[in-house]
Amino acid sequence: MDILVYVEMRGGKIRPAGLEAVCSARKLADIGGGKLTAVLMGSNLENLTGKVEKYGADSILLIDNPDLDGYTPEGYREALTAAYEATGAKLVVMTATALGRDLAPAVAAKLDAALLPDCTSVEYSEGKLSVTRPVYAGRCIMTLTANSFPVVLSLQPKAFLVVEREAVSAEVSKLEVAVSDKIRARLIETRAQAGEKLDVTEADIIVAGGRGMKTEENFKLIEDLADKLGGAVGASRAVVDSEWRPHSEQVGQTGKVVSPTLYIAAGISGAIQHLAGMRSSKVIVAINKDPEAPIFKSSDYGIVGDAMEVLPALIEAVGE
Amino acid sequence: MKIAVLVKLVPDTEASLKIGEDRRYISKEDINFVLNPFDEYAVEEALLQKAKHGGSVTVISLGGDEAVKALRNSLAMGADDAVHLKTPGGLDMLGVARTLAAALKDKGYDLFFAGKQAVDDDCGAVGPMVATLLDIPHVSVVTKLEVETDKLIAEREFETGTEVYEVPLPALITTQKGLNEPRYASLKGIMMAKKKTIEEVDVEQITAKAETVGLAYPPMRPPGKIVGEGAEAVPELIRLLKEEAKVL
Repeated sequence: MDILVYVEMRGGKIRPAGLEAVCSARKLADIGGGKLTAVLMGSNLENLTGKVEKYGADSILLIDNPDLDGYTPEGYREALTAAYEATGAKLVVMTATALGRDLAPAVAAKLDAALLPDCTSVEYSEGKLSVTRPVYAGRCIMTLTANSFPVVLSLQPKAFLVVEREAVSAEVSKLEVAVSDKIRARLIETRAQAGEKLDVTEADIIVAGGRGMKTEENFKLIEDLADKLGGAVGASRAVVDSEWRPHSEQVGQTGKVVSPTLYIAAGISGAIQHLAGMRSSKVIVAINKDPEAPIFKSSDYGIVGDAMEVLPALIEAVGE
Repeated sequence: MKIAVLVKLVPDTEASLKIGEDRRYISKEDINFVLNPFDEYAVEEALLQKAKHGGSVTVISLGGDEAVKALRNSLAMGADDAVHLKTPGGLDMLGVARTLAAALKDKGYDLFFAGKQAVDDDCGAVGPMVATLLDIPHVSVVTKLEVETDKLIAEREFETGTEVYEVPLPALITTQKGLNEPRYASLKGIMMAKKKTIEEVDVEQITAKAETVGLAYPPMRPPGKIVGEGAEAVPELIRLLKEEAKVL
């Protein structure tokens, strides 16, 4: 089974999730005995091939075209479809990021392919692909199989390991794809958030606050601790609805599903919709005044106390 | 402006979910089903655009008899017409998208809305798929929208920022929280919705390419421990995170 993996980039750089996709696709290619082609799109791609090679691509296809520097649904869909046709792959692997969650279904529709989206595990045996994916924001895990090929598969960020391979040299080739006249939804502006802010879906550590933070201003403590730990700020639905925090930080059903190494929940009681979105975190710490708060049942470590007293002590202790 | 909105009925997010005996789907007993929360933004946005540009809002849903509830709720919010695509179930994402696209094709719609994802399967696939099948442009996960007579400007969220697109009509938009504040149905709206005729369309079954074969609960987390009370417990917490959990 030959595989095509799309290596996601942003701002001219390969994203961590893009490498996770290459490594997972490599594993599947090893099992299925097929060739793995990695496709890169955008400008100045030559100097990125070494990075992709290290993770096991047999060949690398460069679609060098400034029209693909920024994401457009139609431009990327057409380019990836052209790469699929050029390689004769049966499986297309990509990331389930904001970009991949838009691109994967569009490509699946274009190729008349089975879509296996947002996978947290993938198995390939006896010629059949079977995946698991969270549904109901992680309250249940669905097992999904593809009944036919081609298949488009997207992988949840942070669910798959990045493993370097022994140095092998991949064959690099170029593919010309004219996309300009295909792009009707034109990207006219990209606004990045100020600073090197991490998104909750990508962060190894998340410090999240809820109603128990009492005021919008008190989130400074959450931000400070997140900064000290090199993590991201998360929020409960209640504080997003109160407009203390932006929706992009909301964790849970109607927000984002996260799985960091460490999740610190301060002043979050633990509504079922919130727990669903963070329960696959490796280690969960809860700080809450109410010893009966449901969050403690889902936590590895708990401190019963006022977040406004505990967080400053934690910020200080982490700095030591 | 002729507007279509794709809606779906889903379990209330407050509902406690039980996996059914088939171990493939949740048990539908004792669960309150509601209009998908992200579809509420879609219906609201369609109504706002109709108020601005005139025209009509048609809501469309696919499924068994239960789908009618999603349509009635949308009509109660103020949609003009409703179409029920009757299927016995068993469609995969692409099957759903093909069925919807077939029903929407060549009907003269200028603008299509759908929620950014349904809160049951969390796929977010139907919007981009329908747009691809209809061969129209789309923008998904939209948090800000300006519609003019022949084009729209849409802002979309990504992990660390916002992308702004200019798109000629007809186009499809999937709606994210923050786009608007969905209205509550008025009593008058609810009464009127009850009287409206819902167009029923029997649709052909499409063979599923992807199939759900199992549903399980996530692994239980082992019970945790209370480290202590107040700021005094912090040193012990740090020690445990470093030495026991090894995450710091």
